[in-house]
Amino acid sequence: MSTAVKADPAKPAGSAGPLSQRRPLGDRGFALLALLAGLLVLAILVGIVVTTAQQGSDWFSTAGFKGIFSTVWNTTDQFGMMAFVYGTVLTSVIAIIISIPVSLSVALLLTEVVPRRWAQPIVVIIDLLAVVPSVVWGLWGIIVLEPWIEPIYASIASGVHGIPVLDNLFGESNGSVSGASFFTAGLILAIMITPIITSLSREVIATVPAIDKEGAYALGATRWEMIRGAVWPHSQAGVVSAILVGLGRAMGETIAAALVIGSSVQVTSHLFVPGYSIPAVIANQFGESSGEFRSALIGLGLVLFVITIIVNLFARAVVERSGRRSRGA
Amino acid sequence: MAVVSNQPTIDLREPGGWRRSKNQIATGLMWFAFAVILVPLGLVIYEVIAKGAKAISWQFLTGSTIPPNVMPLGQGGMGAAVVGTLEITAIAAVLAVPLGILGAVYIHEYGGRNWFAKLISFMADVMVGVPSIVMGLFIFTVWVIPRGLSGLSGLAGSLALTCLMLPLIIRATFEMLRLVPNHLREASYALGATKSRVTLTVVLPSAVSGIVSGSLLAIARAAGETAPLLFTIGAVESTNSNPFSGPTTSLPSQIFSNALSPYTGAQDRAWGAALTLIAIAFILLFVARIVTARFTRYAR
Repeated sequence: MSTAVKADPAKPAGSAGPLSQRRPLGDRGFALLALLAGLLVLAILVGIVVTTAQQGSDWFSTAGFKGIFSTVWNTTDQFGMMAFVYGTVLTSVIAIIISIPVSLSVALLLTEVVPRRWAQPIVVIIDLLAVVPSVVWGLWGIIVLEPWIEPIYASIASGVHGIPVLDNLFGESNGSVSGASFFTAGLILAIMITPIITSLSREVIATVPAIDKEGAYALGATRWEMIRGAVWPHSQAGVVSAILVGLGRAMGETIAAALVIGSSVQVTSHLFVPGYSIPAVIANQFGESSGEFRSALIGLGLVLFVITIIVNLFARAVVERSGRRSRGA
Repeated sequence: MAVVSNQPTIDLREPGGWRRSKNQIATGLMWFAFAVILVPLGLVIYEVIAKGAKAISWQFLTGSTIPPNVMPLGQGGMGAAVVGTLEITAIAAVLAVPLGILGAVYIHEYGGRNWFAKLISFMADVMVGVPSIVMGLFIFTVWVIPRGLSGLSGLAGSLALTCLMLPLIIRATFEMLRLVPNHLREASYALGATKSRVTLTVVLPSAVSGIVSGSLLAIARAAGETAPLLFTIGAVESTNSNPFSGPTTSLPSQIFSNALSPYTGAQDRAWGAALTLIAIAFILLFVARIVTARFTRYAR
């Protein structure tokens, strides 16, 4: 203020003086606030790693390398994580296998087949699917789906009896199958990740240049040939990345899995028997845990965090690599 | 126009034979996949309404004491859980929405193309993929453990949900800020506005519809989350209207514990709570869609 009031003979009257070099206090304050909000993201991620590693250190040091990588978990003195890692990977792979054809088909339907004004209602339905809370899927899974699907599992199991590989996958284990199983969990997870994979791949497919598609049509291609020849090569990497993001989501999904997976610590090739996954065991057993047991559960949280981060980084790497390749070409 | 009649006519419009059939099969399969999606959605909505509607009453929504699992329907209600869910989600929204918008403003408006803004943008992407139960464990270790049992509160649950919502809101806002045309910023700089003023009065208002709908979707997602609340809010049977102290409960937590109960009364209450929760989520979704449809200025 004072600089502006002082009359400067070198300047014509009415001039406001030199433009202020210093930005006003409020402006700098706002910039600082924005920076702090950005830093919060870093702080939370670093905080997650540091605190869970700290709380889990008791487990890491007591159980040792061999104890951690064992499949025995008895809630008193043996805390091996492999049965849960196995269950997490198995259920999310089942989910991905079921979800891929469905979500890609719907994504193609939305972008290439239906006219724009008909796409909107379909998008609304997919959004509805996405906002149904996971605990509601779990409730439906445990009360409605499990009793309904158990006889189906039983008849599949008796159908494949004695057939080498199929019996190991879909057959009975110890003379029984169960509605609460790896496969039921995979099925529920598939429903939950389908909207994510659909909307991510739809975004990718929508970026395919119209000129490529028109070129394919001009050469006399049918729609399906156009999809295979023009859409697929262009959106391949993005679709793979969408699938990986869905895989990461399936691995971290807690409550639905905790309700329908059957809560049994075992590693088996049979899909129709109860199992366990990392998030499910944390959700179910954390309440009554203490000491090394609790430390092991928090340590499992760190393991889950690391696995999902790796999957998500892969998803990004796929996109970035293909981006570089197409720019270079 | 003279038509040369002795030349063979070639139909260029439609391919024939196997190629055509393959195309039709592919299109048919795409519609079939859509039908496959409709089945679980239809079934879950049908079951929730069929089984939940008989539980819903004014008393169910406001009754402050959650009855023991053995009790049949008609006594007590889920009021404690309704209050808990509304409070926890509201506090989480109050924390996460401004922080998320500010974070996105830093990344897009202030950071520009420097490495640090890129790093934070990357980290926000990574954070979207962090499982919600890990957020619960994080708040448990940094907030609940130092405070002991008194650390269990609605606020602790809100903090966990804030961690969950923050990256979602940053992503949604960032995408909207990218759509704001640069000439708007340049025009207001030319009028002598400071950067904060340009951001607050020009950039954010022109992106507001996308930010609002993105935030509503994040709130809808957070309202239905159970995992971050498992270790942070404790458990109670009667309403705790103070979210800042003492344990509380929420609709998802109640559904989770009732779902495992063998008693039909408890299961009926779980369905009623599920209907309430789905209604909240769907209302948020529809408001978000209306905001997007009616107030969008710059779209992709």
